[in-house]
Amino acid sequence: MQAKLKVSRYDPETMGQGQQRWDEFELDVHPNATVLDALIQIREEVDGTLALRCACRASICGSCGMRVNGDAKLVCKSRIADVGEEGATIVVEPMGNQAVIKDLVVTLDTFFDKVRQVDPYLQPDSEPEQGEYVASDESMVNLLTAMNCIMCGACVSDCTVLEVDEAFIGPAALAKAWRFVEDPRDDQRDARLEELNDVEGGIWDCTRCFKCVEVCPKDVAPMDRIMEMRDMAIEAGNTNTSGYRHTESFNKSVKKHGRLDEARLAVESAGYTNVPRLIDLAEIGVKSVLKGKMPPIVPHKADEKEKITRIFEKVESERGS
Amino acid sequence: MKFAFYPGCVARGAGPELFDSAVAVMEKLGIEWVELTGASCTGAGVLQEKDQKLGDILNIRTLAMAEQLGLPVMTICSTCQGVMAQADRRIRRDADYLEEINGYLAEEGLSYSGNTTVKHLLWVLVEDIGVETLKKTFVKELSGVNLAPFYGCYIVRPSDALGFDENPERQTSLETVIEAVGGNVIDFPGKTACCGFPILLINQRNSLRMVANHTGTASELGADAMVTPCPLCHLNLDGYQPKARRQNKRGKADLPIIHLPQLLGLAMGIDSKTLGLGKHLVNTRDIVRKVDSISVAS
Ligand code: SF4
Ligand code: SF4
Ligand code: SF4
Ligand code: SF4
Repeated sequence: MQAKLKVSRYDPETMGQGQQRWDEFELDVHPNATVLDALIQIREEVDGTLALRCACRASICGSCGMRVNGDAKLVCKSRIADVGEEGATIVVEPMGNQAVIKDLVVTLDTFFDKVRQVDPYLQPDSEPEQGEYVASDESMVNLLTAMNCIMCGACVSDCTVLEVDEAFIGPAALAKAWRFVEDPRDDQRDARLEELNDVEGGIWDCTRCFKCVEVCPKDVAPMDRIMEMRDMAIEAGNTNTSGYRHTESFNKSVKKHGRLDEARLAVESAGYTNVPRLIDLAEIGVKSVLKGKMPPIVPHKADEKEKITRIFEKVESERGS
Repeated sequence: MKFAFYPGCVARGAGPELFDSAVAVMEKLGIEWVELTGASCTGAGVLQEKDQKLGDILNIRTLAMAEQLGLPVMTICSTCQGVMAQADRRIRRDADYLEEINGYLAEEGLSYSGNTTVKHLLWVLVEDIGVETLKKTFVKELSGVNLAPFYGCYIVRPSDALGFDENPERQTSLETVIEAVGGNVIDFPGKTACCGFPILLINQRNSLRMVANHTGTASELGADAMVTPCPLCHLNLDGYQPKARRQNKRGKADLPIIHLPQLLGLAMGIDSKTLGLGKHLVNTRDIVRKVDSISVAS
């Protein structure tokens, strides 16, 4: 089978950071070849200077994260036949949001600095009574999804918030934080949640864009873990964020009216005492009114509104809140 | 072709031009519709943060209403589309969960059995109507008009809730429509990224950086306008573009953001007033003029 690859090259000795060159390769590969197989074949047969990182070749070690046709993937897990139309050029680049060391190899520092930021180890208050901590099966099964993370960096590569803000803790490290928040042997749950709630780049900065869920090769679904921690942080009494006010206001609006009241949402998220933000909102609001975009009040039929409210009340009472 | 129409809160609230243009376009397309006026907001993922089951109940309720009418649901919002499709996927994978949810709907005499679908207008265009028939509704060819697509997260991810395996054409549907109206597709990496809307009220600086990146890049690549099937993306990319580009030094706010039905309407020869093109914050004058200067094909 013929494969065409367009590979991003970067040589730190002759190029400035951020620069890149594209090399194109055409080669004959096995029909079941992966993108990693093709890259190794290039390195061995065509250009020995091509730098790439890999080890297990079986999607266990997480070393071979790269962008293939724009999305972060483990190249050992990506068959050439599956990544694009037959005969189409496959574009291979280093992962994003992490500095490139050479060609397809990125630094590991970004990734691990963020993981370290969440204290990724158990912090029990006391010594175990019988030499070891006992945890229930269910509690460990619960942790499995997050523990499947192989630290490949794919989610970090494609996270849309990290692209604009280096301070964001990011999907992998936040999924790791969840893993310790949920571990029954850890005694720092509340402190962890408070920290993740308050810190710059914490749980409220995620945009819910699903990128990390989509690219993760191990179904860790970091975004879902982050959303769970938002709820846990609120339950633990952290109600000092505009994120909390936003969620609350949204809920109230849908509960009461069956729909969203954008104007109230904006004001309540800002907080009634946040004068600069309110002035800012007023500016956009006034422009909208002038343009004829003033939200009309579209009442739901009264009985429907009540039905929606009733569903909210029922679910909330069962939830015990 | 008839649908249970779910316009979503934005089209019924801060983006009335989306509702008006969609209605005008559906008439030309011969789409019949009945609005699901008793349906609730989808929750837009925000409600689901706090309580996924509650969100699912509300969305399955909407689907049950459509099922009762014997109609598929049509949306005009990427977010509504994604959030409803995710709820639908969850109940299809778990019969017990569906039963539990139906328990909450029983009081209203509603019950869902999975006999309907939810489809964005964008998909209806490429799947049910088809490009050739679609083109017959156009009176103008927008040749020379450069259009950047912007999908919105929830109509591209998570892909397994969106039927991409069975309907791969959905993944490039916006480009297909741009080509159908005769425009040039301005491809750029941000087209499937996040517009930043969900954190607009939480971390405005980051949200506006996203707006500045996407609109700035598309402008630099020569786009005359950006087209989106998502009114939430529109709110951010249009409403906050001036501030975003100023704050991030990405030039003037010169990129009109056009709702998908507005683009169709322009090609159908519907006047810009009906399409509500004067209701945007970023001026649409230049693109409207450009289209006006194209003569109607006889
Ligand atoms: S995960 Fe592995 S090393 Fe591990 S390959 Fe993919 S290649 Fe490697
Ligand atoms: S969902 Fe959140 S964490 Fe995941 S990629 Fe998007 S912004 Fe990043
Ligand atoms: S969460 Fe998934 S994508 Fe992110 S580092 Fe872990 S395995 Fe890789
Ligand atoms: S935009 Fe929204 S808030 Fe609105 S309708 Fe769609 S999901 Fe509901």
